[in-house]
Amino acid sequence: MPDSTDRSVGASPRLVEPVETPFDVERIRADFPILTRRVGEWPLVYLDSANTSQKPRAVVDAIATHYLEHNANVARAMHTLGGEATEAFEGARNKVANFIGAVPEEVVFTKNASEALNLAAHTLGARLQPGDEIVISVLEHHSNIVPWQLLAERTGAKLRWFDITADGRLDLEAAETDGLINERTRIVSVAWVSNVLGTINPVRQIAGLAHRVGATVVVDASQGVPHLPTDVGVLGADLLAFTGHKMLGPTGVGLLWGSYDLLANLPPFLGGGEMIEIVRMTGSTFAKPPHRFEAGTPPIAQAVGLGAAVDYLSAIGMDAIAAREHQLAEYLLGRLGAVEGVRILGPTEAIDRGAAVSFTLATSDGMEIHPHDVMQFLDARGVAVRGGHHCARPLHDRLGVTASSRASAYLYTTEAEIDAFGDALDYVRNFFGGVR
Amino acid sequence: MYQEIILDHYKAKHHSGLREPYQAQVTHVNPTCGDEVMLRVALDGDRVTDVSYEGVGCSISQASTSVMTDLVIGRTVAEALALHEEFTEMMHSQGRMEPDEDRLEDAVAFIGVAQFPARVKCALLGWSAFKDATAQALATTDREA
Repeated sequence: MPDSTDRSVGASPRLVEPVETPFDVERIRADFPILTRRVGEWPLVYLDSANTSQKPRAVVDAIATHYLEHNANVARAMHTLGGEATEAFEGARNKVANFIGAVPEEVVFTKNASEALNLAAHTLGARLQPGDEIVISVLEHHSNIVPWQLLAERTGAKLRWFDITADGRLDLEAAETDGLINERTRIVSVAWVSNVLGTINPVRQIAGLAHRVGATVVVDASQGVPHLPTDVGVLGADLLAFTGHKMLGPTGVGLLWGSYDLLANLPPFLGGGEMIEIVRMTGSTFAKPPHRFEAGTPPIAQAVGLGAAVDYLSAIGMDAIAAREHQLAEYLLGRLGAVEGVRILGPTEAIDRGAAVSFTLATSDGMEIHPHDVMQFLDARGVAVRGGHHCARPLHDRLGVTASSRASAYLYTTEAEIDAFGDALDYVRNFFGGVR
Repeated sequence: MYQEIILDHYKAKHHSGLREPYQAQVTHVNPTCGDEVMLRVALDGDRVTDVSYEGVGCSISQASTSVMTDLVIGRTVAEALALHEEFTEMMHSQGRMEPDEDRLEDAVAFIGVAQFPARVKCALLGWSAFKDATAQALATTDREA
């Protein structure tokens, strides 16, 4: 397309190319009926999208249409409806594959990201021996910690951890000094984006280190795929886990992507219907990937809903969404930074950082206000945030706090909502500080 | 739900700190938020002579524990456990119960919390720890008797 204007003149530097049309957040919000509701007398300000995203009407409609007009079991039902359901389900697999730069045979449907990570741990674990090492990081969600702890207990392998730096990034220097990734390393499993700190981890670099010693790289992309353009080839992972409900899709459907050669060499995880080739009383042989890993009736309607979510995100464009979220991250960090008594956990600048921001809040006399109290006060003003340890207790221990509050933005978040959140924080702080 | 009474207890917790002697010590946690209380119970026969504790957590869990110690210290085990019963019933009433202020005293302030199911567990944390520790203390003294 011809473009005679010089974008560099008078324009501030951008991380992502500007999109052709301005990001129309009001038009997007109109697709999410829940965003118009009130909480008591207050308009809803939903800042908990890192927990679960809201759903556009298109996703809810796709699920309803599936159930009302095409419902049948997949693969095993041979009638017309069975054919339609199978086509819809496999069609959703194609959409997800396209969305992450993969082919459909590499995309496994699970019930959530936790199951995807457990699948990875169980199947990769079949090859582990005592003395082997598994490397994860201190900033992981429990779902990328506990499956590996269990695996280490089962196999006698040793679990080792990336630490973080003072500003909340993976400490690659310390890892190198400590020989964290070495010839005994068999598996490296890290988050792409931290659900607490918002840090975007250098997954490709870590994958390079791991591959040099022959280790398999697992990436928990639950907070990555919903927010950033994803190309599994560029990321460098061998297995990638994420979930539908954080990317506008329904709950009950997660995903595991794996390079085909790796998947083809992994044993089954759960046994049951549809994952087999031939079952005899003397033993069974198993289907090829991805169906080898999909025992039992899969989440059919949920996959269809996720397909609609992928269509919705793609129509807006993940580059545009990432650029918009970068703006929101800057705005959120700025607004939070302006509230006295706030300590932001993780990077305070919007560099290699997503739009989920965790923080602690203290009164003017230095008393920490517990995140449950913060959350409750904000909720009383219609502002939904998460308070607690966000399924990342080791990280909170590492940071020396028992819990934190987290505000997280998505494509439908507005600056006005972030302002309402900031005002509500001032109110909480004054209340607990005795200014009433 | 944040009544003055709750904030007062939160800012100046009664009977806080771990003390000797005691027959049983327990640690109870609220896994969703990391609220924690370590609590000791001292009995003399069937009387609660001391409840001491150390805790971290939200205003509701900490204030509720403080209020609980005011109520149970000096009572018989049977009286204290009956109060536990009553408080638990109030917290599970979704705010619809008319609590007996003569019996529950400051603890009636938590009726507002009962309307928030996610926070009921916070209010019960210290009480549950007390019940657990008391049962263990009774078992210990039974063995010694």
